[in-house]
Amino acid sequence: MNSSNILSVITFVYGLAAALYVFSWVFKNKLSGNVATWVMFSGACGNAAGIILRWAESYRLGYGHAPLSNMYESLIFFSFTIAAIYLVIERKYEDRIVGAFASPLAFLALAYASLSPNITDRIQPLIPALKSNWLIAHVITCFLGYAAFAIAFVVSLMFLLRQRQESREWGILDHFPGLSFLDGLNQQMVMFGFFFLSIGIITGAVWANSAWGRYWGWDPKETWSLITWFVYATLLHARMQRGWHGKRIAYLSIVGFGAVIFTYFGVNYLPGLHSYGQSG
Amino acid sequence: MKKKQTPAGFFYRLWKYFASINLTIAILLSLAITSIIGTVVPQNGDPAIYRHEYGDSLYSIFSFFDVFDMYHSWWFRLQLLILTTCIVVCSIDRISATWKTIFVKVPRFNISRFRNASEKQEFISDLPVDHLKKVCRSIVERGFGYNMIEDKVNGFCIFAEKGRWTRLGVYAVHLSVILLIFGGLLGSIFGFDGYIKIPEGQTVDRIRLTGSEKAHDLGFGIRCDDFSVRFYDSGAPEEYRSRLSIIEDGKPVLKKDIIVNDPLRYKGINIFQSSYGMLRPKQITFNFESKKTGKVYVEELAFGDEFDLPENLGRFVLRNTVNPYIFHGNNLGKSVVGALISDRNEAVDIVIPFRFKNFDRMRRGDVSISIQDFSRSYYTGLQVTNDPGVPMVYLGFIIMIAGFYITFYMSHQRLCVEVIQDSNKTRVMVAGLASRGNMRMKSKVNKISRRLVELSRVRG
Repeated sequence: MNSSNILSVITFVYGLAAALYVFSWVFKNKLSGNVATWVMFSGACGNAAGIILRWAESYRLGYGHAPLSNMYESLIFFSFTIAAIYLVIERKYEDRIVGAFASPLAFLALAYASLSPNITDRIQPLIPALKSNWLIAHVITCFLGYAAFAIAFVVSLMFLLRQRQESREWGILDHFPGLSFLDGLNQQMVMFGFFFLSIGIITGAVWANSAWGRYWGWDPKETWSLITWFVYATLLHARMQRGWHGKRIAYLSIVGFGAVIFTYFGVNYLPGLHSYGQSG
Repeated sequence: MKKKQTPAGFFYRLWKYFASINLTIAILLSLAITSIIGTVVPQNGDPAIYRHEYGDSLYSIFSFFDVFDMYHSWWFRLQLLILTTCIVVCSIDRISATWKTIFVKVPRFNISRFRNASEKQEFISDLPVDHLKKVCRSIVERGFGYNMIEDKVNGFCIFAEKGRWTRLGVYAVHLSVILLIFGGLLGSIFGFDGYIKIPEGQTVDRIRLTGSEKAHDLGFGIRCDDFSVRFYDSGAPEEYRSRLSIIEDGKPVLKKDIIVNDPLRYKGINIFQSSYGMLRPKQITFNFESKKTGKVYVEELAFGDEFDLPENLGRFVLRNTVNPYIFHGNNLGKSVVGALISDRNEAVDIVIPFRFKNFDRMRRGDVSISIQDFSRSYYTGLQVTNDPGVPMVYLGFIIMIAGFYITFYMSHQRLCVEVIQDSNKTRVMVAGLASRGNMRMKSKVNKISRRLVELSRVRG
């Protein structure tokens, strides 16, 4: 059994966890919530094991490298970071309803990696440009940032849902976490994401300077990461200095995640140096 | 009645305009939106291609607004200038107030602010006031750097705080952005960026600057002693390696192999592996296979050489190379061009791509000519840069990371524990104020009050 098989199985584990979280939320069933946490936790462990196994497999093939070098590898790492960050939040705030929205993201990322015909799960040797120790620091920090923004995104959606239903009675949303909790969590995730996005951009710049002799070249991926940075910088200033909160911050967070998604996927359709992130 | 606008008043209003966060938010959003343009329209391309792609009228509008090099256009730089001004003005405008909070001998605590704090816990304790005082003090001392006790008639009040200096974190972030912008400016004014091709064995001391036809004298020579390229079995490149020597006054002073991600740095100038190519080989060995007899004749030829073929098959002249060779719309890459001249003086062009050595068989002539071997020699393509702004930019990077950590994950926390004896009950209030991160302050307040409740219970 190789790492790709394990990760395909983990896709369904995440799917099951998502179903259990939704079930426990809709039917207010505590038992299925407890089970969901354990399923999600084992999914994250299996996901991590798959990544480590893939790392070992690449050494067995004779061109060992950290599994962070193409679309497939970034997606499996993305789903792991989403799952890990979500589990930390669940433990810290003891709330499982966020799980009903966050776990589907981990499931989708892994499902896309495992099932999309455009994404190969073959372990490929590193091209010269990627042979650098900066690869690990750059990719890990970027994806910690992306995963935090992903969770900020679902929390913002929850905020808007909840706010819309505030006045009316609708059973499912009764147990929804309060608006101030969602608003605060959104802010926390945005700060975490912004911190790591910044480190990700910086490590990328230092790497670019050591590989190509320039730390910034306005290549589309660089530019889009900066656009993402501008959007979240706007959010943080609006919130900390103008006292914006709630709905407007939720909308900005959603726009920011749109920029993240474009930085991640959309840019591959534009020409540039980061094209090794492409599906092929 | 209209107030007369004095210059000082105008300056003050301008200052306040830049100090208001609205302009900063507007400029951040406008930077985000306008930056998109340069990712959709390829930058610094060939004008002819742009004209073809966008048509004449759109092309002239785009080039008027420098859309094809938008990140260096006046309007993009103007936005950066406004952002810089905002950052500087905002920081100066706010830092004086922050300064007073940070560098104060005896911090002032306002009890009513704590009473109205949202991070607050209140409970009734059975413990006597004196005992509570001791307990509170030991708990508070552990978590806070500064604390003081204010005694009251029927109780006491403990104030404590820590992390006053963390209020400076946001200014560190702002400083780092300024350093990045100025570092970038420094590099673009005093630095250079160019490209050279060096054939194996040759020395070059001038580079062609990117984006212009100008040459730049390096002040020393770069010799390429050897170039090699390795491929994986899949055909993907594994490594490009140039063995370089730095030549000063005709003598090599430094030798280094460079690969992608491992450049050579000399006198502030960085030399990077960027591309490579094959030079025209000096000698090519051909096989001439006669269709009639099946015999193969082998001959090594240089460009311009002629070879008289046996069996009256004519004579072959090796002329030159073409790159690329397009055959029925396919690019077959670099190819050898020669001519086969028959006895009756009729010439046939012979083209053999290096990649398809037996290409000539398709001609089905009396003799088929193929490449057996050739002397491979390469040139290496090097990116040569000098950027005096890099140290400033890197300093900015470090300050930015530290600044973000301080701003997001540390805060100025103030705590107040108020204990008041009320008939035979003791009322305890634990309240906290934080410069940010109210969630953390809340959990801290809860933790402290929980400990106090527990202690009360154990004693009671």
